[in-house]
Amino acid sequence: MIEFQAVTKRFDDGTTAVDNLDMVVEAGTITVFVGPSGCGKTTSLRMVNRMIEPTSGTVLVDGEDIRKSNPALLRRRIGYVIQQAGLFPHRTVLDNVATVPLLSGWTRRKARARAAELLETVGLDAAMGKRYPSQLSGGQQQRVGVARALAADPPVLLMDEPFSAVDPVVREGLQDELLRLQADLDKTIVFVTHDIDEAVRIGEKVAVFRKGGVLAQYAAPAELLSNPADDFVSSFVGKDRGYRGLSFLQADGIQLGGVSTMGLHGEHLSGERPSTVGGPDWTLVLDDDGRPRGWLPPGVVIQGEPAEEDLRPGGSLYTEGTALRGALDAALSSPSGLGVVVDDAGRYTGVVTAQQVIDLIEERRKDAA
Amino acid sequence: MILQELFGWFGDPAHWQGPDGVPNRMLEHLGYTLLSVFGAAAIAIPLGLYVGHSGRGGVVLVGLSNAMRALPTLGLVTFLFLIAGGSEAGTIVGLIVLAVPPILAGTYSGVQDTDRGVVDAARGMGMTGWQRLWQVEVPNALPLLMGGLRNAALQVVATASVAAYVGLGGLGRLLLDGLRVIDYSKVLAGALFIALLAVLLDLVLAGLQRIIVPRGLRVAAAAVAGRPKARSSGRTES
Amino acid sequence: MFDDLSRYLSSTSNQELVLTQLLQHIYLSLLPLVIGLALAIPLGWLAHRYRAASGVVFGVSNAVYTVPSLALFVVIPVVLGTQILDSLNVVVALTIYTTALLVRPVCDALDAVPFHVVAAATAMGYRPVRRFVTVELPLSVPVLSAGVRVASVSNISLVSVGALIGTGGLGVLFTSGFQISYTAPIIVGIVLTLVLALVVDLILVGLRRALTPWLRAGGTT
Repeated sequence: MIEFQAVTKRFDDGTTAVDNLDMVVEAGTITVFVGPSGCGKTTSLRMVNRMIEPTSGTVLVDGEDIRKSNPALLRRRIGYVIQQAGLFPHRTVLDNVATVPLLSGWTRRKARARAAELLETVGLDAAMGKRYPSQLSGGQQQRVGVARALAADPPVLLMDEPFSAVDPVVREGLQDELLRLQADLDKTIVFVTHDIDEAVRIGEKVAVFRKGGVLAQYAAPAELLSNPADDFVSSFVGKDRGYRGLSFLQADGIQLGGVSTMGLHGEHLSGERPSTVGGPDWTLVLDDDGRPRGWLPPGVVIQGEPAEEDLRPGGSLYTEGTALRGALDAALSSPSGLGVVVDDAGRYTGVVTAQQVIDLIEERRKDAA
Repeated sequence: MILQELFGWFGDPAHWQGPDGVPNRMLEHLGYTLLSVFGAAAIAIPLGLYVGHSGRGGVVLVGLSNAMRALPTLGLVTFLFLIAGGSEAGTIVGLIVLAVPPILAGTYSGVQDTDRGVVDAARGMGMTGWQRLWQVEVPNALPLLMGGLRNAALQVVATASVAAYVGLGGLGRLLLDGLRVIDYSKVLAGALFIALLAVLLDLVLAGLQRIIVPRGLRVAAAAVAGRPKARSSGRTES
Repeated sequence: MFDDLSRYLSSTSNQELVLTQLLQHIYLSLLPLVIGLALAIPLGWLAHRYRAASGVVFGVSNAVYTVPSLALFVVIPVVLGTQILDSLNVVVALTIYTTALLVRPVCDALDAVPFHVVAAATAMGYRPVRRFVTVELPLSVPVLSAGVRVASVSNISLVSVGALIGTGGLGVLFTSGFQISYTAPIIVGIVLTLVLALVVDLILVGLRRALTPWLRAGGTT
């Protein structure tokens, strides 16, 4: 647990970076600090490991005033990941990861063994350990940065815009990886970003800062989207927040519909038998494992196997048990207007319409009232 | 014709022995060079590390070492020789003074050029000031530091030749004594051996650089540049 | 020491000597700077344009750079067939150093010109030579000027060595002072060399500012 008590930071040039911050970062959560540049989010983060000393106020880590610890020793107990990873260019990847254990007096052998283990944890091949940072891609460097921060198994992890220098596709992969890691590790993570989408995606709690270092709102992402505290937060959270809020609504109780399905070899599987002269409905084609392959439009005449050029690519798939946003998107992006629902293994289980999602939202709203 | 005379000079065994023989002059020259470079390094490396690490006095240091590049070595050497009452020590001090700026500039900029993110990460992981200096800043400063050392060595080899004018031994003797008696073979032989010594010394230091600069930095530099390295700071010898 | 200095400088014959040698010094150091720059631009362009050429160009310039000045001063007459006392030797030697020193900055400066600017110029129909002269060269001035400043300081201090082979310049004050164990001319020579280096440096900085008005306007390139 990290506690900010009336923390203020004024720089020598007179600017107030953080203004009387009072907040508690709960243990075992990912807490995201987000806001425009100059809002004090990074300064707040850097006060936790004494990279910056507050002008006034107290920071407690697990109930202990950090001013009582030697800065170097404090930092070895707190993982630290920064934007460009900050890997040591003169050391191999493995030795980079082994840095903090070595500082803490582990033997080289033990530190390297631990480092090799961590490379696998963050999804890197052990052979990468022999390379130098400049031989890795940006995304790989960030993974090494995370591994290095985790090396001494610190209870607290500070991450300062760790993924902002990599391209969007890689960034999404890294975010997923972080969520997966956190599910196992249960660290107290403070994550700074200027990207509200990233904040809502990975944060269990999000703290929105405004210019001048004032905490504007500190809430769970769903709350932030559905109930912004003021105009600043609502404009910062941005457009589509109603739609994005669906990410936090579960789809329990939605009734899956059925549709005619056919196998790749033309065999009839379920629903109405597709007409050999071209029927009025869409037919979903499944592969041998029951995974959706595409749609056959109404009116297509099928003789034997469905022809490849007749198949329309499907929309996004909705995995059962995930948030409503996926269900609505599956329905909206499907050529038939029917969102395809699959189970964890990707096998077809049913369909859902946009109307069903809207009805469910309305129902929830009435229940809440 | 000149070449024939030159070969004749090389062929004369008298030129290869005694105090004015090539081997002895070569050893003298090497001796002055090593003494001056080590002396200058002992002053410049600690100072450059301190200023680069603490960030204090960097502006003054850069200004001072730039100004010293403009110092005419012949002027400095003759001046110090006269001031020191005609002793060799004054001349050696001059050589050291001229070798300090390149080493200082190389060390300082090497530490300064260490990526800010890398230094920040080192601090954030809990390295103390000393650990940061020795484990991060010094290894990263080595390419530029060695560049400064190589420049200093070249400069001292050149200046020591000039210093033969005030009576210092070394290969400059062959060149200047030859000039005085208009023995061009001797002049050319002196010039060739001075150039040879400079090139050999630079090769040795380049080899040393390859050994002590961490491989990761070479890999990174190759990835960025994709071009052969060259020295960028100016020739300061005169 | 100050008495010595004022006595030395009060003599008109000394004043004339100092002035003559100062002018000679300026000539011997700045002429090679101009010629060297003119040679370094095409060579640096070659290294910038062709990866293979860069190896050769930088290899040769590194090797040249290693040769001490006094050695080069006395070898040049043998190669060129000039008299050993000819001041042309110093001009040639310093031109070689200047060229060796500047090819790298020229290449770096051209590398630093943003690719999209060159591409835009090409797209607007510039032919290569015109594009080089009117777009790439002006944009490389900021990086290039740093190299020229280093070369000018280096040349100004190197000219003095020429006094040992009998060419003029402020170095003459060092040798003549040394021969009569008199420090006054030596101090005058050192101070004038430093002042000359400083003045030329200021002129070069002014020239760079004049050539790069867009940098002062706060615009981006």
